[in-house]
Amino acid sequence: MKRKWNWPIWAGFVVVVAGLVSYGFFTRFPITRDFPWANLLLFGIGIVLLLVGLFRAFGRPQVYRGKIFGSIFTTIAVLVVALFSYEMFYVLRQVPASAGAPRVGQKAPDFLALDQNGKPVGLGDLLSNSKGVLVIFYRGFW
Amino acid sequence: MRSFQQRLPDFEARGIRVVGISVDPPDVNQRHLQKLGYTFPLLSDPNAKIIRRYDVLHPAAGPKGADIARPAEFLLDSNGIVRWVNLTDNIAVRARPDQVLEALSQLSAAGQ
Repeated sequence: MKRKWNWPIWAGFVVVVAGLVSYGFFTRFPITRDFPWANLLLFGIGIVLLLVGLFRAFGRPQVYRGKIFGSIFTTIAVLVVALFSYEMFYVLRQVPASAGAPRVGQKAPDFLALDQNGKPVGLGDLLSNSKGVLVIFYRGFW
Repeated sequence: MRSFQQRLPDFEARGIRVVGISVDPPDVNQRHLQKLGYTFPLLSDPNAKIIRRYDVLHPAAGPKGADIARPAEFLLDSNGIVRWVNLTDNIAVRARPDQVLEALSQLSAAGQ
């Protein structure tokens, strides 16, 4: 007898992959970037679906397919979630302390650098005719 | 930085200039400004001299172990005095424009 298609395994795996690839999209919004709850939510839904599928595959193997590929997909999904969590909750938090950074009340160190047109711009230029400057250091696009 | 571009008029209305600094060379900055539509300047600090002077270096965190900047935001007044700083402990969490605008409002209320 042909066994039934075990859709929760496929759906769960697709949702976990979606949770990973949507990270770039969700970083566009501070509310989903500061804490990646949207991605974690997708991971959670995906894992639950995978477990439902596995439960069916192992509980009623004569009815449902998916003992082998269900196990493989679930293992991959768990690894994806583990790597994502390691990146989010460990790697991204390895930021230097910057104990010597200028503090509130101190004079900001002067600088002179080329802008995007190759024109030299100094801090003094930015401060002239302005009420202040917001200096944003960023990692760069490389 | 996308969010700061979106709120740039609010900073301009307060007379505040916004500038980004990274190790990227000017041509990369030029390309990205065009691609992303940002209108504030990006300054190039290829040897991380300024980045080191501000102690915001993230050693070996770039491609091929290059030294790059960690995310950090400094608000300077017209005399170049630091009035507000944000040194995140999570690369994914950056200052939001509203935080800086709020700090500006408090500073102007305090008459500084």
